[in-house]
Amino acid sequence: MNSVEGLVEVKRLRQSCRAILLTFGTGVLITLLLIFIVTPILALLFRISPDRFCASLSDPVVWDALVLSLTTATISTCVIVLLGTPVAWINARYCYSGREFVDTIIDLPLVLPPAVAGLALLMAFGRMGIIGRYFYESGISIAFTTLAVIIAQVFVALPFYVRQARASFEQLDTMYEQAARSLGSTTLPTFFIIVLPLVKSGLIAGAIMSFARALGEFGATIMFAGNIQGRTQTMPLAIYTTMQGDLNASITLSVILIIISFVVLFIVKFKLRRDVRF
Amino acid sequence: MRDFPLEAEFAVDRGETLVLIGENGAGKSSLLFLLSGLMPPESGRIMLGERVIYDSSKGINVPAEERDIGFVFQHYALFPHLTVFENVAFGLRRRKIPPSEIRTRVEDSLALLSIESLDAVRADRLSGGQRQRVALARALAIAPALLLLDEPVSALDAGAQERMRSELRACIRRSDIPCIAVTHSFRDALSLGDRIGVMENGRIVQNGTPDELMRSDHEFLHRFFCGCRQ
Repeated sequence: MNSVEGLVEVKRLRQSCRAILLTFGTGVLITLLLIFIVTPILALLFRISPDRFCASLSDPVVWDALVLSLTTATISTCVIVLLGTPVAWINARYCYSGREFVDTIIDLPLVLPPAVAGLALLMAFGRMGIIGRYFYESGISIAFTTLAVIIAQVFVALPFYVRQARASFEQLDTMYEQAARSLGSTTLPTFFIIVLPLVKSGLIAGAIMSFARALGEFGATIMFAGNIQGRTQTMPLAIYTTMQGDLNASITLSVILIIISFVVLFIVKFKLRRDVRF
Repeated sequence: MRDFPLEAEFAVDRGETLVLIGENGAGKSSLLFLLSGLMPPESGRIMLGERVIYDSSKGINVPAEERDIGFVFQHYALFPHLTVFENVAFGLRRRKIPPSEIRTRVEDSLALLSIESLDAVRADRLSGGQRQRVALARALAIAPALLLLDEPVSALDAGAQERMRSELRACIRRSDIPCIAVTHSFRDALSLGDRIGVMENGRIVQNGTPDELMRSDHEFLHRFFCGCRQ
């Protein structure tokens, strides 16, 4: 072997070592990250037997929380979709002064600490709140009711939907709307017949994300709606409450939320791949 | 926006095609989008025959959906979630035409382009050439006062382009609708155009039959047609 061949061989060995180290390093990093995320979830799942899980499901606290959470999160998601879809479309398609400001305000609950959101909602809709006082004078109390749970959920989960919906509308080529207009279609028929079906998957994904966020809402709900079983005690609140006495109920609720989270993630990933385009 | 005004005046007879050519940025596609109402002008006046469809000084702006102008987009813009029949019927449904008449007109349009057998196929399952035909059938079904074609065959492969050019020309003649097409291809210009207009900085600086323009000494035309002059 001459000196040139020797140098080439050394260089090749170095490259192989670097590739092995890089692969090993990446593997270790990913494994550590997965362990960090999966261990607490597995710890929770292994902490309860299937029998105890089933038995806890009939516990009134668990059942009430489950029914209330699913009901309120469903209503909140419907409200979010109805309010958020036109706003997302307008912000995606039309340029108006203050659009960025509107976007920022809609995003605000994303970064606002939930406790602050709860207190803010109380100041707005509580008995002495700037809006709530008028309702209270008319005999309508909002705070510490199921309606308050829904308002808190809409407040914190709205940006999840609007962001996803706006991104979906922006990704849709404007040529479809232009073609519809050139064929004689006005704005609303174009929106319902052409635009909505083409971004349907993105909107469903956004709605599911919002539903999941609403289901997991804790801070704003406990501040604004309280923690009353059957009325305002949603699953996260029930987990917090039962953890101090009946750990099985607490774990059962947590496992249900984990299952829902998994299902949500799968559906979102599946849906986001499915919008029909050329 | 462009730093020159668009000042174009031209006449196109029924069943005739005027092909607009010119350098990039000469205003060809802008002209189509301004005519169709899909792009708002800053100011000025647009007339379609005797009909004023835009006049900034009088506050007239007929919206795109009321201009009665068919538009075939460069990438066709078929509605992928609808069938071929529904794509072609779309403009007729918006005009509140009775269902029986819609069926007849859609079938006529599909027959004109020889795509009757595709009526139940979803638009996202069509080949490039089929999309082209459906896009044209859809634009013709509304019996527009004017038909606009933006780079009509550029999205097709070379073999399909050749076939489509002759079909397009025959179809436009049969439909008896005036047509304006924009292209970068001298083959499109020669095959489709009854007349060719050369655009330069928003104006039509040359306008004539393909034969007339082939003999022109205009610098752009010299470069544009150099392939076929040889």
